[in-house]
Amino acid sequence: MTDARPSPDALLRTARRENRGQLKILLGAAPGVGKTYEMLRQGAAMQQAGRDVVVGLVETHGRADTEALLAPFETLPRRTTSHGPHTLAEFDIDALLARAPQVALVDELAHTNAPGSRHPKRWQDIEELRDAGIDVLTTVNVQHVESLNDIVAGFTHVRVRETVPDAVLDDAEIELVDLPPDELIERLKAGKIYVPEEASRALGHFFSKSNLSALRELALRRAAETARRQMLDLAHSSSSAGQGSTGERIVVAIGDQPGAETLVRTAKRLADAVAAPWTALVVETPRSAALAPAAQARVAAALKLAGTLGAAIAVVPAADVLSGLRAWLHEARATMLVIGKTRRSWWFTLRHRSVVDALVRDLEGISIHVVPIALATASDARATEAGWPWRDTALALVMVAAMTALAQLLSAFIGVNAVDLLYLVPVIAAASLFGLRASVFTSIAAALAYNFFFLPPLYTFTIADPANVVTIMVFVGVAVLGSRLVGRLQREANIGARTASENAALAAFGQRLATTTDDHGTATAICDEVGRMLGAQTVLLAQRAGGLAIVAACPEMPVLNLIDMAAAEWAQDRGEPAGADTATLTASDWQFHPLRTALGGLAIVGIARQERGDPVPGDRRLLFTTLIGQAALAWERIRLEADAREVGALKQRDALRVTLLASIGHDLKTPLTAVVAAAEALAAGQHGPDAATLTAEARRLRRVFDDLVEMTRLDSGAVRTRTEATDLVDAIGAAVHDLKADLRGHRLVLDVPPSLPLVEADPRLLHHILINLIGNAAKFSPAASGITIAGRRTPGGVTLSVLDAGPGLPAGGEAGLFERFARVEGDDRSGGTGLGLAIVKGFAEAMGLSATAANRSDGPGANFSVHWPDAKVRRGTGNAAV
Amino acid sequence: MTAPILIIDDEPAIRRLVRGALERAGHRVDEAATAAEGLAVARRPGCELVLLDLGLPDRDGMELVPLLTAADRAVIVLTARTDTTEKVAALDLGADDYIVKPFDTEELLARVRTALRHRGGTAPGPILCGTISIDLLRREVTRDGEIVLLTRKELALLAELARFPGRVITHAQLLATVWGAAHVGDVEYLRVTVRGLRRKLEVDPASPALIRNDPGVGYRLMG
Repeated sequence: MTDARPSPDALLRTARRENRGQLKILLGAAPGVGKTYEMLRQGAAMQQAGRDVVVGLVETHGRADTEALLAPFETLPRRTTSHGPHTLAEFDIDALLARAPQVALVDELAHTNAPGSRHPKRWQDIEELRDAGIDVLTTVNVQHVESLNDIVAGFTHVRVRETVPDAVLDDAEIELVDLPPDELIERLKAGKIYVPEEASRALGHFFSKSNLSALRELALRRAAETARRQMLDLAHSSSSAGQGSTGERIVVAIGDQPGAETLVRTAKRLADAVAAPWTALVVETPRSAALAPAAQARVAAALKLAGTLGAAIAVVPAADVLSGLRAWLHEARATMLVIGKTRRSWWFTLRHRSVVDALVRDLEGISIHVVPIALATASDARATEAGWPWRDTALALVMVAAMTALAQLLSAFIGVNAVDLLYLVPVIAAASLFGLRASVFTSIAAALAYNFFFLPPLYTFTIADPANVVTIMVFVGVAVLGSRLVGRLQREANIGARTASENAALAAFGQRLATTTDDHGTATAICDEVGRMLGAQTVLLAQRAGGLAIVAACPEMPVLNLIDMAAAEWAQDRGEPAGADTATLTASDWQFHPLRTALGGLAIVGIARQERGDPVPGDRRLLFTTLIGQAALAWERIRLEADAREVGALKQRDALRVTLLASIGHDLKTPLTAVVAAAEALAAGQHGPDAATLTAEARRLRRVFDDLVEMTRLDSGAVRTRTEATDLVDAIGAAVHDLKADLRGHRLVLDVPPSLPLVEADPRLLHHILINLIGNAAKFSPAASGITIAGRRTPGGVTLSVLDAGPGLPAGGEAGLFERFARVEGDDRSGGTGLGLAIVKGFAEAMGLSATAANRSDGPGANFSVHWPDAKVRRGTGNAAV
Repeated sequence: MTAPILIIDDEPAIRRLVRGALERAGHRVDEAATAAEGLAVARRPGCELVLLDLGLPDRDGMELVPLLTAADRAVIVLTARTDTTEKVAALDLGADDYIVKPFDTEELLARVRTALRHRGGTAPGPILCGTISIDLLRREVTRDGEIVLLTRKELALLAELARFPGRVITHAQLLATVWGAAHVGDVEYLRVTVRGLRRKLEVDPASPALIRNDPGVGYRLMG
């Protein structure tokens, strides 16, 4: 048994209760029992106990005793909003959050806020207060509790629209404010109960003794249930054995009948009573694809209600309700099924197999709760059938006429008795092509034609032989059956195609996401696919430096207003959906869903539709959830990959830094030692080669330093190129001038033909490249050897080569030479950080050039080259110049 | 009396070094460590040339360039930056020349000599650069005594360079003078014309000694 393990849900609920502000609800059976009075009394007691109590909003309805109680409290001013001709005074949540008291008193939990408020409902305001750590004391009447709404409406005939989700009550301490019905009626008669004018007549009925007794019982039971549930949660989370969950799993099957919401509420009560998880299930059959929009909306609404009441939601496609239900119930190991049974005529039940009866026969180990619900209205059932199919009828008549002509010809050979079979051809054709009504019409027309033309007495509609009556009935029967069968096949094919297309789209989505490698690609893929599958406008926002910013959108970049952005930020901060048709900031046209991952909320997906209404229709909710889940995973993958790359790059850079420090240490110390020694010798008055050593070593130091500076610049990406038309003769001349000290003792051959075209180059970068290449050649070439600097026009562009007469390069290591710190093995006598060639490569690439190293083909020595592609060679020199 | 050369630099080591080099070459030198002090000394009569460091503690050295040239002082800018835009900016503001730290003493002395020579105005008569003689008045160039035929643009460019031999003339200035202000960006014209001049005047056009390039800044005619 796994009963001893704490249930995660229970743990979560307990944890939430511990960290958030406490909510205490004063529950009453009816208006006038004294909830507000009790709330103020308890508030006063808290204040006396030293707690910081503030009145957020209290409705006194002008009662003097209540107002007297209100006096000692700090009362926050209300926020007034003008709505049409009315000015509505609402509770100011921002002021209260800013004031941040320990305890807030807020009356009427079920109140609906004025349009344009942050939340549509006051209970949501209160949830936010609790999130901010504020304890709240509030009041509610039992008829406002969501799951009891139907029951109360059932016996009072007054349905209240303002409801509070049961989850709010489950998460709160509930105290019943009780007043016996007789006393309540006394108070009503004494005028002590505030009753709005327009509702007084209805309320008169409402306040009957039987109603009040029933309401009182409901309130008592609801309070007791919450207490019991909280006790159970505590037991589960503390893992005390024995008291485990009942192991029940409840499934409520939702159909398109108007009673679906009643079914959902029933299932919720049942789930609460047995403390079991529950699922709202919709079986999508071929029939449901053909449902009227009103019926589809009902299914969506029921699913949504189930979602808000805490149900899991499942939509499964199946050939018929029965097989879908059976398969799913088995798979989910459900133990209880809540299902509605329509009150239909015995005739209808005879013709259609009752799902409930079939289930009772089929299912073992599942208890079935059948809830009687009203019949669907006729308008819905007929809604899909259009006007009379005139065109099809005409075609059918033509077919019957043609068949009659053919039969007349054939009857001479096959006899009259076989002719009836011929008439089946147009009947079956009409059934498969035109649907029920046209095919029934065809069957009648065929029967009449057969009767008129072929049955004795000929050319009358009289039937002599009773056997012919059977023939006509068979025609009609074939027409009805055939058209039914064809219609059903068609719808099945449609729904199959839709499910298949959804699955294919999901698979394609997954694949597309798997191939994206960056934020932007992933964001675009998410927007495209979600938008396409839901047929809606989508946008994806992610946290950037300046807050949330649009990363991608489909089909076009939307303009998000302040409310939209507030909703997006809410979704980001809270990790809950916000915006249109959610619980928060409903004034936004967009509905925002966070992409939640193990790394937290990384991005927000927004959806909007041209027409108002829930951007995610009920039947697409499951698909959408899957899409969002996939999107979140993809986004997380991208983020993790980026992090890994960053860590890799950092590691690499660290390793380079260590090597660099070691290299610099060596390269700076050698010339510094020489400089210090020479300077000391000079100071001591010794003359000789010391001054020359000093100069040479100082130059070497300067080059190391220059390289370091340039490398840092390359690393930080600070290299900006500003190219201009450059004559290589100029560039080489300047470099040779700057290197004259190093080149002393070397024979320099400058081999640049005067016809060499100008090239594009940044003067400073090219100068540094040349200094490094020529300096390098001077360093590695033996004294008095020749260094050749050559410029050549090649088929692919222009090449500048520096050729030395040094030891050449080790075979195979040419490309590696341009890596940082690379030095020809065993040859660092001449110093240099080994940065030189890396700088040559970095600068060349910054200008769009390439650098190569090779051994000379014409003798010993190395050949370092820089190549200008054709695009960077200036053609034609223009006469305007000369 | 104020010395003809003033060094404005906040680094005492640099001041000592430059001063030593110049005094060994026979110049008299004053020193200043800040822009304010430098400006005050430079405005005294007798000062002719200012060696100006751009990185001063109290003011950007670049701001001093127009103030000094307005007072008719020659300016050589000392800079530690290899950035060409700064050099060009200083030249455009009226500086005679620039020199990049760390510099060769020899180079420094050559620049100082050139700047001081130009103070006295260009000497009348032809300018001699090795075997080349440039007569600006007669617009005639001879090599080894023989007249070299130059195109109009080549002659105009050579004349502009020869007005201040040894001093760097920026690309923009050369282009504006020879081709007109509309062609200030067309460095290509300049390259082609310089190449033509070298072909006609240099001993080895591939290893130019007469017209030298300062990468990204301009050209100078080497005397």
